[in-house]
Amino acid sequence: MRQIFSIEALELKANDIRQDIIKMLEIAGSGHPGGSLGQADIYTALYFNLMQHDPANPDWEERDILIQSNGHTAPVRYAAMAHAGYFDRKELWTLRQFGSRLQGHPERIKLPGVENTSGPLGSGLSQAAGMALGLRLRKQQHRWVYVTVGDGELNEGNNWEAIMLIAKYKLTNLIAIVDRNNIQIDGPTEVVMPLEDLRAKWESFGWHVLEIDGNDVEAVVDAVNMAKAIVEKPVVILAHTIPGKGVDFMEYDFHWHGVAPNKEQAAKALRQIHTLQGKIKSEND
Amino acid sequence: MSDLHLLVINVRAKDLKMESIRDGFGRGLLTAGQKYEQVVGICADLTDSTKMSLFAEAFPDRFIEAGIAEQNIVTVGSGMAAMGFVPFVSSYAAFCPGRCWEQIRTTICLNERNVKIVGSHAGLYTAPDGATHQALEDVTLMRALPNMVVLVPCDSVESEKMAVAMAESGVPNYVRLARGPSPVLTTPQTPFQIGPAYVFREGTDVTILANGTMTYQALVAADMLAKDDISAEVIHVPTVKPLDGDTIIKSARKTGAVVTAEEGQINGGLGGAVAELLGEECPTPMKRIGMKDQFGESAQTPEELLKHFGLDGMHIAMAAHQLLDKKR
Repeated sequence: MRQIFSIEALELKANDIRQDIIKMLEIAGSGHPGGSLGQADIYTALYFNLMQHDPANPDWEERDILIQSNGHTAPVRYAAMAHAGYFDRKELWTLRQFGSRLQGHPERIKLPGVENTSGPLGSGLSQAAGMALGLRLRKQQHRWVYVTVGDGELNEGNNWEAIMLIAKYKLTNLIAIVDRNNIQIDGPTEVVMPLEDLRAKWESFGWHVLEIDGNDVEAVVDAVNMAKAIVEKPVVILAHTIPGKGVDFMEYDFHWHGVAPNKEQAAKALRQIHTLQGKIKSEND
Repeated sequence: MSDLHLLVINVRAKDLKMESIRDGFGRGLLTAGQKYEQVVGICADLTDSTKMSLFAEAFPDRFIEAGIAEQNIVTVGSGMAAMGFVPFVSSYAAFCPGRCWEQIRTTICLNERNVKIVGSHAGLYTAPDGATHQALEDVTLMRALPNMVVLVPCDSVESEKMAVAMAESGVPNYVRLARGPSPVLTTPQTPFQIGPAYVFREGTDVTILANGTMTYQALVAADMLAKDDISAEVIHVPTVKPLDGDTIIKSARKTGAVVTAEEGQINGGLGGAVAELLGEECPTPMKRIGMKDQFGESAQTPEELLKHFGLDGMHIAMAAHQLLDKKR
C-alpha cells in the first residue's frame, strides 16, 4: 500500500508534523528539535508518497523499510507515523514518559512500525545493508530499504565500514539519505570534525551521489525516484537541510540540537510554523 | 557418567585425542547450514581461522565477507536477522565482542535480533600471539547483556553440536571458541543442550565447575585428588548464561566446597556467575581459578601459560585442598 500525496499536500503535512514535534518536545521537556524539524520534509515524503507500507499491518511482508540511524530525531518519525495512522496522535504527547511506547530513542520492540532500535550513532547503514542483503537472498529486491543518517553521525567509523560493504555488494535496493544540516552537539560539523568534501568521499567509496535541498519536499520525492532508477551503484542523497527548520530562533543554531523549547518558546515556534511566517496556512485551519 | 557417553580416558595419558574446538564448530556450522537454509555466515577477514570456511565454500551465496570490520559484522547480522535469517558472525573474540560491544547491546540484544556471535581464539590457548589477542573478558562482557545466551564448549565434539543447537535457539547467542588443539572428552552420543550443566564425574567432597578447555583440567585435578582420597565432582558448565542453578546448588549442598575453573577473567566470568548464585542461594566456601584481574602474554604453548597463571589441573587440585582444609 502506498499513499501518494500531492506536493502541496505533502508541504501541509510536513507543516503539521513540525507543529507536533514542537508540542511533543515541549510536553516531554527534553529531546532533539534541530534534526527533527529539519527532516520533516524527508520523513513526510517517505511516509506519504514514497514508501510501500501499511500502518494497520506494520509487519506487512511486502513493505519498504525505513531505518532511522539518527535515532535522536525519533520525534519526526513518531509524528509521521501517527499522521500515517500507525497510532493515535494523542499518544505523541507521551513521548519520553514512563510507560510510553515512544521512548526517548526509538525501540523496535516497544513500538510496531519502528524497524530498528537506535540512538547510539553509526549503525543504521550497516543494519540496512544486512536487510538489503536479506531481501536479495529472499528474492524480494522490489522492496526498498531507506536509511536516514545524520551528518555529524558520519564521524562514526561503523558508517564507513558499511559504506564500503554496500558498494562491494552493489546493494542498489538501499537508498541512504544524509541529513546534511552542518551541526552537531559541540558545534558546526566543519569545526567539530570536518566532513567535506563529503560528496567526493561518498563517490570515492563507489556511490552515486545526489545533492538536494532537503527542505524542498518535491526535491526529496524527485531524488528518491531518480535514485531508484540508478542500478549501477548504490545511491546516497545528500539532503541539505536547515536544522530547526521553520522556527527562526532555532534555525542554524547548534544549541537547539538537543534542547526542548519551554512553554513560551513552543508557543512562539508553533505560531511561526503554523503560518510559515504568513506564507501558507495549515490544513488544521 | 555412563549416560553421558563420555570417552573413557586416562586424563594424564599422552595419547589423548586432540582437536581444536573451533574445528568442531566449523563442522557444526556446515551441518546447521545444510539443515536450515536461513543460516548465513558473516566474517571479518578470518574465514579460515574461525573455521567458517567450510560453510563459506558450501554456501557461497549465504556467506558475506565484510573485511576487517567487527562493528559491521554484528550490525549487518542484525539486519539480516530482521529479514528472517540466522546469521553467524565470527571473528576473534578479542575483536568481536571486544570491539563491538555497544553494537551488540543496541542492535542485537535490545533490538532482539537472532544473531549468533562466534568469538574464536579466546583465552590463553592463543598463546604465541600474546595478550592483545588472548580474549579473557569476552564472557564477562556478554554475560552483562540482557537477552544474551553465553556458551563455552569443552571440546570439538561438543562445539559441533553446539553450532546446530545455536541455529535452533531463536535468540542471541555468544559462543567462545579456543584455538586449540585441546583434548576431546565427549562423544557424538554425549547429550548437549543449551542450558544444562553436566556432571562429568560424580564426587562427594568438593565440586569443580569448569568449562572450555578447563573442563579437561578439572578432570585432571579430580584424578589427582582421588589419589589423596578426595572425591571431586566435576561439572561441565557449557552454558554460563542462563546458569543451571539447580545442578550447581544441588552439588554445592552435597559437597560444601566449590572450585570454579575458566580460561578467562574470574571477575564476571563463570567464577563470578557461580559466586553470585551461591552467595544468594547457597553460601558455600569457594575458590575461583582463572585470570585474576591480569593480562596474559606470549608463550610457545598454552600449557606454559596455564601453568604460569595457575590454570592447570595441579592448581585446581591445590585450590580444592585449601578449601577442604578450611572445611575440617
